[in-house]
This record gives sequence, structure tokens and C-alpha cells, in this order.
Amino acid sequence: MQKMKLVVVGNGMAGMRTVEELLKIAPDIYDITVFGDEPYPNYNRIMLSPVLANEQTIDDIILNTREWYAEHNITLRTSARINKIDRKNRVVYAEDGASAEYDRLLLATGSKPFMLPIPGKDLEGVIGYRDIKDTNDMIDAAKVHKHAVVIGGGLLGLEAANGLKIQGMEVTVVHRNEWLLEKQLDKTAGKMLQKNLEAKGLNFLLQKNTELLMGDSNGRVKTARFTDGLEIAADLVVMAVGIRPNFALAESAGIYCNKGIVVNDTMQTYDPRIYAVGECVAHRGISYGLVAPLFEMAKVCATHLANFGIGLYKGSVTSTKLKVTGIDLFSAGDFACSEGADDGREEIVLHDAVGGVYKKLVIKNDKIIGSVLYGDTADGSWYFQMLRDSKPIHEIRDSLMFGQDSLGNTGHQGQDKAAAMTNEMEVCGCNGVCKGTIVKAIQDQGLFTIDDVKKQTKAGSSCGSCVGLVEQILASTLGGGYAPPSTSKAVCGCSDKNHEEVRAEIRTHKYLNIPAAMKGMGWRTPNGCATCRPALNYYLLSTWPHEAVDDPQSRFINERVHANIQKDGTYSVIPRMYGGVTTPDQLRKIADVADKYAVPMVKVTGGQRIDLLGVKKEDLVGMWKDLDMPSGYAYAKGIRTVKTCVGSEFCRFGTQNSTQMGIDIEKAFDHMWAPHKVKFAVSGCPRNCAESGIKDVGIIGVDSGWEIYVGGNGGIKTEAAQFLCKVKSHDEVLEYSGAFIQIYREEARYLDRTVHWIERVGLEYVKQRILEDSEGRKAAYERLLYALQGAVEPWGERVQNRENHKEFETITV
Amino acid sequence: MSNWVKVAPFADIPKLGARVVRTKNKENADIEIGVFRTEDDRIFAINNTCPHKGGPLSQGIVYGDKVACPLHSWKISLIDGKAEEPDVGETACFKTKVENGFVYLELKD
Repeated sequence: MQKMKLVVVGNGMAGMRTVEELLKIAPDIYDITVFGDEPYPNYNRIMLSPVLANEQTIDDIILNTREWYAEHNITLRTSARINKIDRKNRVVYAEDGASAEYDRLLLATGSKPFMLPIPGKDLEGVIGYRDIKDTNDMIDAAKVHKHAVVIGGGLLGLEAANGLKIQGMEVTVVHRNEWLLEKQLDKTAGKMLQKNLEAKGLNFLLQKNTELLMGDSNGRVKTARFTDGLEIAADLVVMAVGIRPNFALAESAGIYCNKGIVVNDTMQTYDPRIYAVGECVAHRGISYGLVAPLFEMAKVCATHLANFGIGLYKGSVTSTKLKVTGIDLFSAGDFACSEGADDGREEIVLHDAVGGVYKKLVIKNDKIIGSVLYGDTADGSWYFQMLRDSKPIHEIRDSLMFGQDSLGNTGHQGQDKAAAMTNEMEVCGCNGVCKGTIVKAIQDQGLFTIDDVKKQTKAGSSCGSCVGLVEQILASTLGGGYAPPSTSKAVCGCSDKNHEEVRAEIRTHKYLNIPAAMKGMGWRTPNGCATCRPALNYYLLSTWPHEAVDDPQSRFINERVHANIQKDGTYSVIPRMYGGVTTPDQLRKIADVADKYAVPMVKVTGGQRIDLLGVKKEDLVGMWKDLDMPSGYAYAKGIRTVKTCVGSEFCRFGTQNSTQMGIDIEKAFDHMWAPHKVKFAVSGCPRNCAESGIKDVGIIGVDSGWEIYVGGNGGIKTEAAQFLCKVKSHDEVLEYSGAFIQIYREEARYLDRTVHWIERVGLEYVKQRILEDSEGRKAAYERLLYALQGAVEPWGERVQNRENHKEFETITV
Repeated sequence: MSNWVKVAPFADIPKLGARVVRTKNKENADIEIGVFRTEDDRIFAINNTCPHKGGPLSQGIVYGDKVACPLHSWKISLIDGKAEEPDVGETACFKTKVENGFVYLELKD
């Protein structure tokens, strides 16, 4: 079949990102030709400032090399500016006479710096700041000239000024407003920034309008004059007063434009064969000048170019960071000063003038709508995430300003501020990745998302405790290029559906097996992948107990063989000891089995039972038979242990029989599968020897009854369980904690611990479901008991069912 | 010279699963080979050792023509034994055939 022809006008980040996204999902449907008017392949425009500041070289910031284009059979025409589109015959023409036919055309013509319409703007030495050429011009100018004037105290202007200063020039920044970065900062933060930049040697002239530029006899700029009559020396003038979408080409071809190329939510222009992405576009009346929205557009556009017909771009909320080394600022959303206005806006402000820290959060209707951070931006992405997700904040309002503390307590030397770390410090303790390695990967390989960084560097890809740090590093390296991931993301690459959509469809359409679910929900892969299959299997089983078909091949090996795989491929065997209570008989049996199978290590676990480690797979069934004890589910995304203290039976402080309560809970919820592992603990008094405070469900006996705590976690990130309620009786403990676990089982995402689920839905929601809706609570508890009815102990079943033993046997030839 | 050995009845290899075959290499040392069956009933055989940290690939989740290693989830192609990018590494592959309901494996002598 003849391939369709796709022509891309614009070899910048938006255009090429779209091509990359397209190649990922439909590599073979187009012959692609790319025209770019610069002499370079696609490079990372947002890294021009580091180049100017001598922190990077041009080679470092190339995103797609010429070899990359060749490998993907893309025809690349550099230094070729398209100046005509013949829509009738579907041909584009370049200034140099070249032409190319298209079936579909993608316009990604970017933007141009806005040049103030003042006398002298065409003098030599007056430039914008947009591309490699401008950057080189500045570096060259700095070698022979002394006085630089940057007009515009916005992000780009300040980055240019900082770079020129490093290049050795005397730099004056001229700004029309009362403070710098008035779009990104309020006055207080703007003044703090100015002070810091002055300390770096920059000069500022605020509330000044440039009237004209005067040249010398050679036609090079020499002096700048302002409307108040002041004149200053200027051998180089950089205009950074804003950008304008570059839509002249589209307009000349008769495509509807209004301050940009007008596109719909699929990134299509008024000509259905022509799409447009990037800074040249006006989407819902807005043109974006930051890179994160461009990437969102690229993704959507690619799905339409690939004829999938899915994906809508609905606009972006943007955040900004300034890429000037040593200056930390972050802002997002609407943070304009609300003085005097009675519009429901509230502000929380922290200001430490001496320490150089300023933080402002703007809140409306219980949601963050804007934030400005200066000096300490570690929590920028966290606030931005809540802003984008419109998350209610009243539960955490008291501590909101102090940030998301303990981004990770273990594995990275207690650090939770990436900026304070040196390049040699280890960020990811699991995979041994240092900060410098991550920064280098982001810069050299052109990474823009957490997933990219995880994939390429492995940082944050194991236990995940350092993801917050990695995110900070990514945000500060990319500046405006960084967009935090949306919280509702697809289950995996096999589908675009997120966890909640998948759960809802399984319920609505009553899918009972994985093939039916994948077919019904339009899975792109024939049988999913190692990420989605275990999730689907769990969702089916938890939604339709006794009806859905369990698929062992979609379970992780541990659940498939009821034992934990170890690094050398051996397994561990942990029998249940309800409530951590055992008997001399059990201990003798365990000792005999350990002897018989020459178990290399016998260890007491943190969950109050005994682990037999280093067992060969082919010995598992025999050991289970000889042990004749129930499986401890130590391998399961499901109920693990109920840890108990001695309790009132023996302990002189005990107020309740915590041991028996633990045994009863463990028996009642035995065999329960869940989105992730579930651990209980029961303590007999507030001394809490069973460590109930860090369990998914922690129960503490007091003289008048039992307190129930939920959402604790003692792992990567220590989380104290939160108080749910106090109940009087033994049966109520079972009902309340059972209902809590059942709602978690039904509503959490696969691999969410209870703490993650509660973090997302809020403790208030949980309380409402368990405490306020007593019918609902009882019903949830009943559903849990129904799901567990007739559950089979897996070890015993394996021992009985000889046909299943094959899985454990090795074939010898 | 080719050396086809009979391994097991086709039905003994579970769909989207694998069995372990233990045999000797030419130095007479034990080696393990994972024999995999995809959903569309193709049979593949690769060395049962992940190029990353030696995980037993036969114990992983099989999907498409790949297997995810049970230890650290490297994705290994059953067709050529190569790790999915950006990971780098590969493990040895063996030819297979199915005749009269039996799976055969070609061992190098």
C-alpha cells in the first residue's frame, strides 16, 4: 500500500515531538518530510539559557540527531523556509525553490520574538532571543562589546541577562513594570528576586519605557534612550518583551487565524488536512509559550494523525521556574494580589526576608488556585499537582504551608530538598543513582517526564521513595518545560483507560475474564502486559467474586506458586500462625521440615511468624504436605499478618485481649486478596507494643473499647495511621475494619496501599462511608464476608490436586 | 550438527506460561532453559537466566512475545532474547518445533 505523505513545517520541539509520538503509535503509515528554517536538527530550545550561561554546549542540547531522522526514514530539510502552501494541489514550497506534496500537513512554525516598534530597532546589535543564532550572536558580542541592555524583565529577559553577565558584559535590565516577572511573581517575591540578581552583578532600571535606540557611524547600536530622557550605553540590545505566534504562512494560505493558527481540540485547523501544534497555535483563544503544553498538544495531535481519532486537548495550566543557577522560584496558577477584593480568595503567606524565603498560596473554595514560591521551591510540584487536580485542602490546611515533608525518609541520607544536594549525592538508594547522573540524563537525552527519567536512569524505579526528589531535579533542570504527571493516568501503554474507568467498565459490562475485558475495553495489545494483566485480574475478582475467572498466568510468580521468589530463584515458605501464636507441635513440625529439606535459613519475620528461606521450587509441594499448616500468604497482594501484643491474658498493663482479637481478625479475613498487601495489628493498651500506628489497620485496646486507626505504613515512607473511630465491642471491630478494607478493595487502584488510597480520596470520605453511612458499612462488611465464603487454603489444595504439580517440576533431558 | 531433543507433550507447557528444562551444556555443566508458550500457541525457548541479575525468566509473566523477569521486571523478547530498551542485554535462544504433539528443542552440541 502506498504510504500517505506527511509534511511537517517547523523542525522545532513541538513539531518533532508530534512526529515522535506518531512514530510510537503508528510507525508505518506516513512518508515524513520535515522542513526547518534553521540549519540545525531539532534541539532543546529551553536549554539555550544554560548554553548562554556556559553550562551546556550546542551539541548537548540537540534532541534528534541527523542520524535519528535517517534511521526513521524522515526526510529532513534544514535551512529551508516554507513560504507558500498551495492547499488546492496540496503542495508546500520553500524559499529555495524546493517543494513537497502532502496528504496531511503539520504546521509547527513556533513564535517570533516581539520587537518593540521604536526607532533604531533595525540597527546592528539589536536582537531577539529565540534560537541558536541569537545565542551565538550574544556570545560573540560579549567578546568585543561591553554594555548589554536587555529590554524586558520576564523569564527570558532575566535568563538572557544572567547569561550575558556570565559572558562578561555589563548588563542592564530595563523593565516597564514596578517589579520583575510581574506575570510570575507578586511584588514581594519580585523585589526579593531583584535583590538576589543585583547581588550577582545585574543592574535594573524599572518603570522605564524605551523611546529609541541610537547607532554609531557604522550602524551599530550605541545608546538607548528612555521616555524620561535618561540615556545609557548599549552595544548590544536584547529585546525580550514577549513572543508572538508565527502564523504568517498559515494566514497567507487562507487558513483561519486569530492571533495564532486557530485549532480545535484535536489540533486540526480549519483545513481538515492541516494540523498545527506549538506556539504558533491559538487554542480556545490561548497561545502557549512554554514547552509542557506543546507536548500535551503533540500527544493529542499524533493520535489523530495516526487515525485513532481519540484524545482531546483541553488546554493547560502552566507553571514556571527560572533557569538561573542559584535562584529558586516557582509559580503557578492565579496568584494576583487580592487586596480589597471580596472574591472569596484567601492567602496563606510565609515570608522570611532575612532567610530569603517567600511562599504564597492563593486558595479559593477550599482549593489552591495559585502559588508563588521564592527561595524554597521544593514543594512547587506538590502544590501544582493539587492545583491541577482541584484537590480540597481543608484536611491539610494547617500544615499546607510547611510542605510535603518527608519526601522520603529512607535511602537518600534524609535529604528531601534536591537543590541542597551536590551532584555526587545518591538520590536513588535502590539503584545507586546520583543527582549528577540524573541531571546529565535529563539534559543529554532530552527527558521531560518522570517516566522517561525512571526508564533511562532507573532512579525511582524500584521502591519509589525518591520519586519526589527526582521530580524536583527534573523540574529545576527543565524550568518551564516540566509538567507534573496527571494523577489519573492510564493503567499502562496497552490502553488509554485509567484505573477508575477500567473498574467502572468491569462493573457495568460485567466482564468475567481477562480476554473479554480486554476486547470490550479496546485493549491495543493481544494479551496485555505484565503491568495491566495482574491489575485486571484483581479488578475482575474483587468486582465479581465467585463469578470472575481467576487467571494464574496473570498473577505475579509469588501468587502463582504461593511462595516468595528470592534473588537466586529459590523461594521462601511462611506458614500462618494466627495472631503470631504458635504451639510446640507446630514448632517441632517446622523444625523437622527444615531438617528434611535442608532449608538454608530459618528466620523469625517482622510479622510474628517463621520464614523458611532458600527452598527449591520442586520442594515446595512436599514441604507444604509435611508442614500441614495453612499458607501465610506472605507472598500475596492480600492479607498478610495480624500482629498482636500479649494483651490482658498475661500483661499487667493490658486492658483488652488483643491476642484473641488478632487471631479472630486473621481467621475472619484469611485468604483475602487486595490491591496490595494488607497488614493489621492489635495492641492491648495505648503502649502499643504491636505497633498499630504503622499498619493498614491498627487496633488499640483501651479500657472502654477499641480504637481503630487506618492507613499506616512502616515502609519506604513511614506514615502514621490516622484515627478512624472508637468502638465498644469485638464484633464492631470486625465490622468496621472489615468494611474499611472492603471499600479499599473495591475502590483503590491496584498496587495502592491503604495510605495511598486515603491520600487520594481523603480521610473524610472514608469516615463518611464507614461512620456516617451505617447501612453502607454493614453492606460492605457483608460483601467482604461473601467474597471470602468458601475460600480455599491454597497449599492444601495444591497438595491434593496432583495434576497441578507439573508447574513445580523441572523437565530433565 | 543439529541435535533435536524431545522435551514434553505440547499440552504440558501452559498457555502464557513456561516450563523449565534442565540439561547439560558441552562442558557438562547444568543449564536451565525456559520453554514458553504464547497465547497463539507458539513455542519459544530461551536461556532461563535474565541478562540483568540472573532471574529465572521462566517464572515471569508472559505477554505477546515477551516475558517480564520476576525479579526486576526487565522485558525480554522470546524471539531474540534481547532486553527491551532502554535496558541492554540478551540471553541465549534455542530453536523449537512441535511434532506429533511433542515439543522439541534444538541443543547445540
